[in-house]
Amino acid sequence: MIRILVTEAAIDLAAELEGLERAGGGAVASFTGLVRDDGGVEELFLEHYPGATDEALAKLAAEAENRWSLAAATVIHRVGAMTPGERIVFVGTAAAHRSAALDACAFLIDRLKTDAPFWKRETRGQDARWVGERESDRHAADRWKRP
Amino acid sequence: MAAVDLLYFAWVRESIGIGHERATPPAEVADVAGLIDWLAARGGGYAEALADKTRLRAAVDQLFVPLDASIAGAREIALFPPVTGG
Repeated sequence: MIRILVTEAAIDLAAELEGLERAGGGAVASFTGLVRDDGGVEELFLEHYPGATDEALAKLAAEAENRWSLAAATVIHRVGAMTPGERIVFVGTAAAHRSAALDACAFLIDRLKTDAPFWKRETRGQDARWVGERESDRHAADRWKRP
Repeated sequence: MAAVDLLYFAWVRESIGIGHERATPPAEVADVAGLIDWLAARGGGYAEALADKTRLRAAVDQLFVPLDASIAGAREIALFPPVTGG
């Protein structure tokens, strides 16, 4: 069971984790990303490519489900304006055993960062700037490539 | 070629000043890189946003593609910076 959601609404962790626990696996793993205040960020704005975003996330979730035989995968990404401390992204997986759940969860967040069409803009006072690509994110995504 | 929907995101959208337009590139524009050059020649915000191709990524009909990808038959082409979600 795959659940994909791109939303302006807050992420309800308890509800999402309970949903994964009902999938019938013996292990649930999750990752939650929070807005950092990185040197005085007051607002983080998330733009995305409507129409392509859901499909990009669903493709990654299907790849994870297939590669680790998941019972369930959930990917939720917020868009719009957020403030430091708010949840921006949630990835959760359910599998028979912990290693599959943990690896699939890491795969999903690593690949989401390079494969899904989202862009971050940070605002500090009067200064608004788009966040640049990070090489470390590309390396993290590359480690999931199969030989 | 026929008219195509062009979408711009993040600072590409802000520099150009719009997020969406319809355009009809001339027949000799065969790939995404050619489209970028054709648009940049309009000058102003286009030239500013599209000057450096190493900073640009693209999607044709909502699939990420390299800049040498063909645009023949495309209905929607998006130009944007490297993604930074998560």
